[in-house]
Amino acid sequence: MVEEIERDENVFLIGEDIGRYQGTFRVTQGLFERFKQHRVLDTPISEPGIVGIATGAAMMGLRPIVEMMTMSFSILALDQIINHAAKIHYMSGGQFKVPIVIRGPGGAANQLSAQHSHSMEGWYAHVPGLKVVAPSTVEDAYGMLKTAVRDDNPVIFTENPGLYSLKGEIPDDKEFTLPFGKCAIRHEGSDITLVGYSRMTHVCAEAAEALDQDGVSAEVIDVRSLLPLDAETIFASVRKTNRALVVYEDWKSGGFGAEIAARIQESCFDYLDAPVGRVGGLNVPMPYARNLELMCIPNKEDVLAAARQLLA
Amino acid sequence: MRAFEDQSVRAFRSGLAGGYLHVYTGMEATAIGWLSSRQPDDPIITAYRDHAHALYLGIDPVVCMAEIMGRAKGTSKGKGGSMHLYSADHHFYGGWGIVGGHTALGAGLGFAIKYKGGNQVAHCFLGDGAANAGVFFEVMNMASLWDLPVIFIIENNEFAMGTRLEFHAADPEMHKRAEGFNMHHERIDGMDVIDVRRDAQRIISNVRETSRPALIEVMNYRYAGHGAADNDQTLYRSQQEVELAWKRDPVHRLANLLTEQYGVNKQILEKIQREAEEEMEGVYDEAAASPKPEPDEVYSDVYTDMQPERGH
Repeated sequence: MVEEIERDENVFLIGEDIGRYQGTFRVTQGLFERFKQHRVLDTPISEPGIVGIATGAAMMGLRPIVEMMTMSFSILALDQIINHAAKIHYMSGGQFKVPIVIRGPGGAANQLSAQHSHSMEGWYAHVPGLKVVAPSTVEDAYGMLKTAVRDDNPVIFTENPGLYSLKGEIPDDKEFTLPFGKCAIRHEGSDITLVGYSRMTHVCAEAAEALDQDGVSAEVIDVRSLLPLDAETIFASVRKTNRALVVYEDWKSGGFGAEIAARIQESCFDYLDAPVGRVGGLNVPMPYARNLELMCIPNKEDVLAAARQLLA
Repeated sequence: MRAFEDQSVRAFRSGLAGGYLHVYTGMEATAIGWLSSRQPDDPIITAYRDHAHALYLGIDPVVCMAEIMGRAKGTSKGKGGSMHLYSADHHFYGGWGIVGGHTALGAGLGFAIKYKGGNQVAHCFLGDGAANAGVFFEVMNMASLWDLPVIFIIENNEFAMGTRLEFHAADPEMHKRAEGFNMHHERIDGMDVIDVRRDAQRIISNVRETSRPALIEVMNYRYAGHGAADNDQTLYRSQQEVELAWKRDPVHRLANLLTEQYGVNKQILEKIQREAEEEMEGVYDEAAASPKPEPDEVYSDVYTDMQPERGH
């Protein structure tokens, strides 16, 4: 974000407690001191207003990066996101664009309970006019955020709080960007395709290692860009492995993984040796008790159990 | 403007315009008086009763009517409709269907002006119904907090759809809502175009000088129903009330002013009226004869740089 702020004077940050408070997940730490209120703006608690103001400003040529303290709070701003930001380019016949990024932590953290633990990316990936990405590695987050800021469309950039502590290398090149609409293959294999995104990519990777011990070779695909979706990489993998398991943290029923599963069976039917499987979050509001919370979030054991069933 | 609105209703009744259509009949003095006092590069935004603003800002009436009829040469290539007229060239930001939602965008326009250091003022029109929306309060707060050069103009035509002012506003003097946000507010008469223009000049230059926002409540009256489909207005107001209100018709008021105070010949005014009506009939015919959008147009402008998923 620092690089994009320095590169383009129209880029600015706006959100609750991102400045003086340093950001609730410390993503914006230090930026207020460096760039001051003009480029890093603390707001009142007014999600619809914040997103709407950012949208109006973007229509006049600015490029706001809007932080939602958590993506759960973006629910308040759904009308501004879906009915305004996502619609104006089409409704105006291409006259106005909305180059905003709406970013924030999405998915469960530690006992934040039902109202603070939503995975919203599936809701947004359903909406024409939005782009939705969910990177799972440090390098991807870096490259895709830069792409998001430079994109002229509204981009939902969802970060999983469980991944904030990840450390990794980023390229020295300030012009390094990663395109949307491209999956990444995290682990090559030939017996089963595990498709995941965000934190679930890591869960799939762990499962793949465990399957290795069983002599099963799993291919792990990190979707990372939900809209636009690189379905072709997924299909190519399934044509090779003949089995697919889609893993997502969001509520299982109607989550975005269900869309991926539907597309796989539509396009790869003749190559499948088993039904397309899904592992999703439990269809309940997120409970507070840690042992119950851990049950709700798909883990390595859940993925292994589902995978073994497909391989049987 | 009056003649154009008559033709839009005609379009609706003939089936050439569908969905929702909201005409400005009776309220002309407000848009004309106010907008005549703007600086040419001030951004303007309103809700769905937007034909008048679009016309006054100089958008070709044929292009507006074509949009209302869903034709390819419309302002949005036929993809917006009556509620969604836009013109970037004329600094007209629409054209919005969610009551009150666009006020956040209006504040955003003011935000962009301030950010870039310009001297424009953003003019955000809204209805008395819209002044009850939650997001409107959020952005009044932020506009005042951040000294945004935006004027919120409540076009109070005394009805939120079919609900009379006294039945929807705890305090019918809606301009007072700004009091709690330390924002300048006043109520003015909106049925006399000269008065509106004079008040607007004073208010707008103040906002431009101080960069402090304002909430202006303009009292007017709409003779038509809420929308063209509002067939039984007696559900919420009596015929006598409407007939009485016609006595305040801003068009006649201006005509009387010209004949009585300025000695303009009545026949000249009648000629102007006839010519306007004929011209608007020509506009109707030209728009009605223009082609519909090509099928492939359904996919364009969803994004600036890519297509959505295609097909059923």
